[in-house]
Amino acid sequence: MIPISHFLTLGAVLFLIGAAGVLMRRNAIIILLSIELMLNAVNVTLIGFSRQWADLSGQVFAIFVIAVAACEAAVGLAILISLNRDKTIMNVDEVNLLKW
Amino acid sequence: MNIATEALIAFIKIAVVLLVVSLVVAYLTYLERKIIAHIQMRMGPMRVGWHGLLQPIADGLKLFLKEDIIPSKSDKVVFVLAPIMVLVPAFVVYSVLPFSENFYITQVNIGLFLILAISSLGVFGVVMAGWASNSKYSLLGALRSAAQMLSYEIFLGFALIGPLMLAGSLNMQKIVEAQSGGWFVFSQPLAFIVFFIAALAETNRVPFDLPEAETELVSGFHTEYSGMKFAFFFLAEYANIMVVSTVGITLFFGGWMGIPGIPLPGFVWFVLKLATMIFVFIWLRATLPRYRYDQLMRVGWKFMFPLVLINIFLTGLIKYLFL
Amino acid sequence: MELPFFYLFSAGIVITSLFMITRSNVIHAALLLVLSFFFLAGLFVLAGAEFLAAVQVLIYSGGIMVLYLFSIMLMNVQVAVRIRQWHRQRFFAILIVLILGFEIWSVLGKGVFPAMKVWPWKLGATPGNVEALGSVLYTKFVFPFEVVSILLLAAMIGAIVLAKKRIDS
Repeated sequence: MIPISHFLTLGAVLFLIGAAGVLMRRNAIIILLSIELMLNAVNVTLIGFSRQWADLSGQVFAIFVIAVAACEAAVGLAILISLNRDKTIMNVDEVNLLKW
Repeated sequence: MNIATEALIAFIKIAVVLLVVSLVVAYLTYLERKIIAHIQMRMGPMRVGWHGLLQPIADGLKLFLKEDIIPSKSDKVVFVLAPIMVLVPAFVVYSVLPFSENFYITQVNIGLFLILAISSLGVFGVVMAGWASNSKYSLLGALRSAAQMLSYEIFLGFALIGPLMLAGSLNMQKIVEAQSGGWFVFSQPLAFIVFFIAALAETNRVPFDLPEAETELVSGFHTEYSGMKFAFFFLAEYANIMVVSTVGITLFFGGWMGIPGIPLPGFVWFVLKLATMIFVFIWLRATLPRYRYDQLMRVGWKFMFPLVLINIFLTGLIKYLFL
Repeated sequence: MELPFFYLFSAGIVITSLFMITRSNVIHAALLLVLSFFFLAGLFVLAGAEFLAAVQVLIYSGGIMVLYLFSIMLMNVQVAVRIRQWHRQRFFAILIVLILGFEIWSVLGKGVFPAMKVWPWKLGATPGNVEALGSVLYTKFVFPFEVVSILLLAAMIGAIVLAKKRIDS
């Protein structure tokens, strides 16, 4: 039996690592990957709670989180590809013109 | 039985399955050369051993002793990991396949889904190989091959939903037992056709072997590989053929169940069906020309995808109304 | 018996995530994230969510991460670039993250949970997690299910429109 506190701690730690990745890196793709990590941290918390109350709603919601993460990854990468069309922009602070 | 005994038995089973599968995969290369040769009215390997039976050993020894070249500008860690990522998923799938009523490594209640999930990792090895080689041919071949494998993996998964609806469980042993009233190939012919074509594309076999045809992109994603790593790619292709054949016969042809009336042990039926399906794979390689890449994609998305969706719809409808 | 495996998997996840956010080579970061997803799938199996573990491997690492790898390869990312990889404000970023961590800890540390309920089916048995999940997903949660399918369609159309080549007339 794994106590619920373990799941919650792991979820919190992963979320903080992901947040650190988003705030500290300049490379756009690493920022997107850190966002995926944060979504997975949320999944861990949901699964932990689902196990605590033996309720399947947590797992169902985790499936929806994965689906939404897929959508967000696709759209985020499409934005990056369209930004990269004329010249290779990889660092988010270089996207500083209001109209491209 | 305590944990230690169970673990020991599991290890022995895993060792047996791994050894047998590796041997069969190695001899599959020899078998392919012999069968294609006889279809083309020639003899194939005849020199090494009696009728060339020691040819795989000679090939393996040659590849083992060849110089292992790693391109200097390549990404060394990813370059070395890529062949492993292609070969290992093919072997992991064997852990949930039932070889007879009593011989299987394990039964999990998501067996079929696990097979799909692990097979989808083969794409990673291909993509990593193409990227790490730092060469144009490799990258293009890898991207083409990966796109093909990804698309046809979707059709493979959808084609497997038909028999899954009839069997009612993802557990591989229960799927085999659910076919005691008739093999699924007779009640789901459409699903079997789509599954077979998707399996051909998924393993990069003719007629879908554009990414690795020698006349096309030099050699696709394994252009820069030599020695043991190339042997891994080579073996991985045949291991994948065995895996999809095994999954196909378990889902559509009754696995280890025989025709009632002929008393043969379950394992013998399994081997016979597996041999037949692999023979058809090799036969197709000797017979068919290959698809162009855009034709390949068009056949997949415009022809097979609607077909497999219709199959799911009809199966659900008939099962709801009549069964 | 589950606890050592939990520690193993969570150590794997945390270590690979820490490596991931510190790599300058983008491909290595993506592959490390794939590795952490495998450990995560193992964690899900421990918590009795084996269907979700297979979904995680199939869709997250077998689909989304392949999408990331494709995009990285097609976008000509300068992987060994000598430009500055880290924000100038990374000290404040770490400070904010530590403050957030302290807040989370002070809230969670006060939580008292009653005894853990057990799953009504034996772990790993058939019928078990998959059948129960199916029966709940298509009855109680059928509306979010359909909405997610429309969301996926919208995301697909959006991604295609955004990434298409502009045809200059």
